[in-house]
Amino acid sequence: MSDFPAVKLHVVSGKGGTGKTTVAASLALALAAGGRQVLLTEVEARQGIAQLFDTPPLPYEERRVAVARGGGEVYALAIDPELALLEYLEKFYNLRRAGAMLRKLGAIDFATTIAPGLRDVLLTGKVMEAATRERRGGGRLYDAVVLDAPPTGRIAKFLNVNTEVAALARMGPVRHQADSVMALLRSNKTAIHLVTVLEEMPVQETVDGVAELRSSGLRPGGVIVNMMRDPLIPDHALADAAAGVLDLAEVETGLKAAGVEATAATVAALAAEATDHAQRVQLEQQERETLAALEQPIYKIPLLTDASELSGLHDIAKRLQDQGMV
Amino acid sequence: MSDVLPLDVDGLLSTAEIIVCCGAGGVGKTTTAAALAVRAAEQGRTVCVLTIDPARRLAQSMGLTELDNTPRAVDGIDETAGGRLDAMMLDMKRTFDDIVLQHADEARARQIFANPFYLSLSSSFAGTQEYMAMEKLGQLKTAGTWDLIVVDTPPSRSALDFLDAPQRLGRFLDGRMIRILTAPARAGGRAYLKVFTIGVKVFTDVLNRILGAQALKDLSLFIASFETMFGGFRERADQTYKLLKEPGTSFLVVAVPERDALREAAYFVERLEADQMPLAGMVLNRVHASGAPSLSVERSLAAAESLDEAGGEELTAAVLRLHAERLASATRDARRAEQFHSAHPKVRMVQVAAQAGDVHDLDGLRAIGGELAGGLAASAPAAAAG
Ligand SMILES: Nc1ncnc2c1ncn2[C@@H]1O[C@H](COP(=O)(O)OP(=O)(O)OP(=O)(O)O)[C@@H](O)[C@H]1O
Ligand SMILES: Nc1ncnc2c1ncn2[C@@H]1O[C@H](COP(=O)(O)OP(=O)(O)OP(=O)(O)O)[C@@H](O)[C@H]1O
Ligand SMILES: [Mg+2]
Ligand SMILES: [Mg+2]
Repeated sequence: MSDFPAVKLHVVSGKGGTGKTTVAASLALALAAGGRQVLLTEVEARQGIAQLFDTPPLPYEERRVAVARGGGEVYALAIDPELALLEYLEKFYNLRRAGAMLRKLGAIDFATTIAPGLRDVLLTGKVMEAATRERRGGGRLYDAVVLDAPPTGRIAKFLNVNTEVAALARMGPVRHQADSVMALLRSNKTAIHLVTVLEEMPVQETVDGVAELRSSGLRPGGVIVNMMRDPLIPDHALADAAAGVLDLAEVETGLKAAGVEATAATVAALAAEATDHAQRVQLEQQERETLAALEQPIYKIPLLTDASELSGLHDIAKRLQDQGMV
Repeated sequence: MSDVLPLDVDGLLSTAEIIVCCGAGGVGKTTTAAALAVRAAEQGRTVCVLTIDPARRLAQSMGLTELDNTPRAVDGIDETAGGRLDAMMLDMKRTFDDIVLQHADEARARQIFANPFYLSLSSSFAGTQEYMAMEKLGQLKTAGTWDLIVVDTPPSRSALDFLDAPQRLGRFLDGRMIRILTAPARAGGRAYLKVFTIGVKVFTDVLNRILGAQALKDLSLFIASFETMFGGFRERADQTYKLLKEPGTSFLVVAVPERDALREAAYFVERLEADQMPLAGMVLNRVHASGAPSLSVERSLAAAESLDEAGGEELTAAVLRLHAERLASATRDARRAEQFHSAHPKVRMVQVAAQAGDVHDLDGLRAIGGELAGGLAASAPAAAAG
């Protein structure tokens, strides 16, 4: 049974480089498994999805990028704020020509640069449009939409379009659009997942991010602990190894038993490596406790050798399913 | 890597006036900047370190508990050599506000501060942080209080942003749209400018319709009250950029031995060369090394397996597997360092080992400083890799 049965829009954030794009893509595959249709979106003009799925750069158009286990399809869309605005002007105001002219003049770029809140509402507005489509004719219908979102440092601001736009547009359609986006983002149809690794700064950002989301009335979803490594040292020796008082005689005996030349230098070097490792394991343990205290569901993904390939994405998707995220 | 040119960090610390630490996101720019600053201060120089978004515990260890945008003395520095260390965290909004205050009288400044477009621009424009970091560096340099200023750069995906973003902001504020919006009247008469006037009309119409009349009013007010300052932004950016080319300035590019970070470092190195900016060298951070390079990966794994089969030597088997993993990382790191070196043979390099824990106190910074100054020879991991 899925931990997020009501959720239609999955937002994936996290500190830079922790695996947001990888996890977002895998989550889309997991959600599509068994015959469903899922849209994977990105908003930072980096073509991260195309790179990951090894396809040509995505245009502003929904393209199929993968087939999920047991049928089901993942479509992808790279949302461009200028094109989203043009689409919006055309659809609601029949202002296609005016829009094209403004674009040529650099006016749209200007407006979205000087007021990033405006850009964000265009981006989230398009995501909302895809997530709330109802009948055919208005485009492909999706069972779920996944957003590969900006990093944690900017996520609350990015999603809090209402506040960001409120001061700029006190009325009018953009304001209205911001209100609708906000209503969707605050509803139980949206979950905001955070990806992290077990290091000080990403964990700190996760903790700060959860607090910020909560205080903005947004719902943090799962915490995905990515790139986990199994501790290699047996539990009973961990404390000694970390303290640098590993039983050297035991290691020496073992080396001899294995027929490895056990010079004092080799034994000392191996013990030093064990100490580094054990200290790292202990730090990671602390970070795990910090994350557990958030009381959000936690999903664990190991460090994989093929995370940037389709096989790795399917592997992560399966793990998310097995752990009940999907 | 035997022919790699070593980077003489202590030499640099004793002569440089400005050291700028650049590199891709998360590679250790802030840590390196802080470690260099501590070392230089303890060697007798009067140092200021400008940090940007440091990790919380590192900030606390340097007494940076509030963001007040001015350097404060760091406690716990050994001042016996006659040096000292001041540290600060950049507050970009406040730095922006200060620029406004310098150029506008109080009433006008207050008007600007309250404008939603200013708020938006000063707190979230993509290049504001870089621009304000440069601006602050210029101010610190002008103050003349310090022999050495060590500058950290904002967390950004690309190291080049630090060089490019300030001018981007300058260009934007000095750009075509702003000029069009500030001077529709002046445009009258000339045919090619008429297009702009029509454009402005469409722009304002659309803005009116979708954002409401108030937004347009705010934007016009913002642009009007900012008008006298716009050109100035570009000029300031150009000036600080020049400061970066002066003889007392040195760049250090920080990287970790991973593909993306090294690619960023390579872009950066090439860019500095093209712009004739002084690169002191590269800090290759978080490098893995092994103290037992002669015990190979294959041998270790085979030995671990034979112990597993025989049973009873669980700890040694674990230690052997660990060693295999560590040596494999060291070999991979050394190969990547070597690749970078052969593509950029003239770039001086120093390596800093991956520490077991995070670096978050003065002692940790001293240890990094020691490695930077040559604790770990540049060729060690290569030797380690056998
Ligand atoms: N579980 C994993 N095991 C191994 N490598 C991983 C794993 N997850 C992600 N990676 C790798 O880590 C790197 C960063 O991942 P990714 O691009 O998904 O991160 P991101 O958070 O989207 O980064 P950015 O902030 O730059 O957008 C990639 O090289 C990816 O292949
Ligand atoms: N040699 C090292 N060994 C182990 N950990 C390190 C090392 N250098 C830096 N770190 C740790 O790596 C993390 C990132 O370092 P730091 O904040 O200096 O990077 P940065 O380049 O400034 O990042 P950002 O781009 O986010 O500003 C910190 O937690 C720091 O303690
Ligand atoms: Mg990404
Ligand atoms: Mg930093």
